[in-house]
Amino acid sequence: MSKEEMNPSGFGRRGFLLGAGAVGAGAVLAGCTSNDDKKDAKPAAATNAAAPAAGNEAEGKKFTLGFSAPAADHGWIAAITNNAKDTAGKYKDITFKATEGTNDLNLQISQVETLINDKVGVLVILPHDGKALTAIGRKAMDAGIPVINLDRIFDSPLAYRTHIAGDNYGMGVAAGNYVAKVLKEKGVSGADAKIGEIAGIPSLPLTVDRSKGFADALGASGYKVTNSVPAAFTVESGSTAATQMLQAAPKLNAIWNHDDDQGVGVLAAIKQANRSEFFMVGGAGSRDAMDLIKADNSVLKATVTYSPSMASSAIKLARLLANGHGMGDLVEKDVPKIIILSSATITKDNVDSYLDTGFKS
Amino acid sequence: MSEHTEHRLGAADAISEAPPADETSRVERAAAQTDETASWLTRTMNSPGMRNAALVLVLLFICVIGILTTGDLGENLFARKSNILTILRLGATTGVVSIGMTFVIIGGGIDLSVGAIVALASVWATTVATQDYGPAGIVLTAVAVGTAAGVINGVLVAYGRMAPFIATLAMLVSARGLAEEMSGRKTQTVTRQGFNDFFQAEPFGIPALVIMFAVVALIGWLILNRTTFGRRTFAIGGNSEAARLAGINVKRHTLLLYALLGFCCGIAAVMILARTTTGTSTHGLGYELDAIAAVVIGGTILSGGRGTIAGTVIGVLIFAAVNNIFALNNYTTSKQAIAKGLIIVAAVLFQQRINRNSRST
Repeated sequence: MSKEEMNPSGFGRRGFLLGAGAVGAGAVLAGCTSNDDKKDAKPAAATNAAAPAAGNEAEGKKFTLGFSAPAADHGWIAAITNNAKDTAGKYKDITFKATEGTNDLNLQISQVETLINDKVGVLVILPHDGKALTAIGRKAMDAGIPVINLDRIFDSPLAYRTHIAGDNYGMGVAAGNYVAKVLKEKGVSGADAKIGEIAGIPSLPLTVDRSKGFADALGASGYKVTNSVPAAFTVESGSTAATQMLQAAPKLNAIWNHDDDQGVGVLAAIKQANRSEFFMVGGAGSRDAMDLIKADNSVLKATVTYSPSMASSAIKLARLLANGHGMGDLVEKDVPKIIILSSATITKDNVDSYLDTGFKS
Repeated sequence: MSEHTEHRLGAADAISEAPPADETSRVERAAAQTDETASWLTRTMNSPGMRNAALVLVLLFICVIGILTTGDLGENLFARKSNILTILRLGATTGVVSIGMTFVIIGGGIDLSVGAIVALASVWATTVATQDYGPAGIVLTAVAVGTAAGVINGVLVAYGRMAPFIATLAMLVSARGLAEEMSGRKTQTVTRQGFNDFFQAEPFGIPALVIMFAVVALIGWLILNRTTFGRRTFAIGGNSEAARLAGINVKRHTLLLYALLGFCCGIAAVMILARTTTGTSTHGLGYELDAIAAVVIGGTILSGGRGTIAGTVIGVLIFAAVNNIFALNNYTTSKQAIAKGLIIVAAVLFQQRINRNSRST
């Protein structure tokens, strides 16, 4: 090895030319990185425009809002972060202070610590792992900063002022009810029905909850899941899982796919397998899925929501807390402790009213 | 003859790294024995052909399990043409990467960045600006980005004298980061229908992806076994110092090996674009492990100097078949992961045993 190090001709003239060629190729390729799609209309923000200044919407006390969420490596989390930012931008009384999204628990903890030390007015936290960030939520509450716990719940109610989240079990129930209803209409009996499920990451509690809700709702109508394969919320995993499941089940009546992000791959696999004897239900509620449901030209006939619009609501809740307001139509003077969103079933009939909540995967 | 040369190189390599004294004498004795007294049987057992025959037996055994567990012979889920093609199609993408990986590992290196390079190439090839150039633009960009990333790996390893593990680990992190940056962590759809039509075609009933894998494997075999380039790869992997003294430009050759693997990653990116009709930064997750495992199962030795393309192809097929059988039987991915680990351990132990026998008898 030492002799090689003394070799001075390692990067001679030819090497230089090669290098120059590579740089040139890089420059040409760099022209291809642009991603501005002029043809595509800007997707509507996932929040309703602030109503004319009145009541709770009127400009209130100025405060700093600290926001911390995991890395936006998935369309849904990206939508959460964007919704929070957009909604906060609509209010002049909010100074929005977001940390860089991370999946590193220690980093997220220290980021929240920094926000506490900066004495922000309200904290909105979507923890990467609710259990692991419980202590820091508690610390903020003890320091007198109200914490809004977004989606993944802390271990202790002492760690948050208000918890707002989607309903994973309810999402499964919504999907199961829809599948059972359509199968009944088609006259497929429980004994004959072949129902497939393409789940998310199997080790996550949310996947377990969704699958249980799906099975429970189907069971109540006399149906059951006959094929279940897990994917990993990525397009590629969705495509692989669906390809395998279509081989395992030569005939299917219905499929529930837990996640619209992986659904892109699932639909590609279904198309390539030339299968269309079943209908499919999606999950989460991406804009792509809604567009497909509206177009009604694929197997995708419905999706059950787990809407990232909850981030917009969390920002609004933060404003209410900062100003000491209650929630508009409710009688109580204070914001409730827990808000669980209901999972809506979006079909061709009602898709238009949900289009503005669809997130770009 | 060449088989013997390889052994000598291997033994010399071991001595230069100053192993314990008893080990040295054992190796020398073994080396002497292989030269003089190796029986016909052990020589045959140690030939690449025989080792591959053993692998084929393993693959057949797995197929028998597949047939036995998936229904009656009449309507067997495993032994259907469409299922066999599914196994091949799902194995094809990692298969192409594994062919390139075989070269790098035989040359004494390793590349952990292959999955990230596939992701980056898939994203770069599906930006709006790239797609303006049509299907050819997509293919050329994917291949060029893959090759360029491979060249960077090669320069860092060969001329920057970085350990391959570290250099490619850095590429793994940064290439995926760049892919996320470029795509904004969104899923980019292939809008050029011509691209999808071409790569999703099935001439003579065989999917285009399977044909691509076969062609890459065949060309890889020709390069490795019928060209000076291939012989130099063995020489460098066996003992790079000896290869350098023999007049081989080790640095340039190493650079070319990584560039070749990058090129293969570019092709794999095209294949995954065809399969999922999207490019995203989450493509290619875990490819590095799948590819390295397939190569190792195929009998290529991680320290370099020995290996075959045929072995790698069988290694890929073994993994693809196991995945398929687990999916057909509705087993969880956790069980799949356990089975994969066991197969890797069994394959390596099996090969060590064959090697030891051939030296000591």
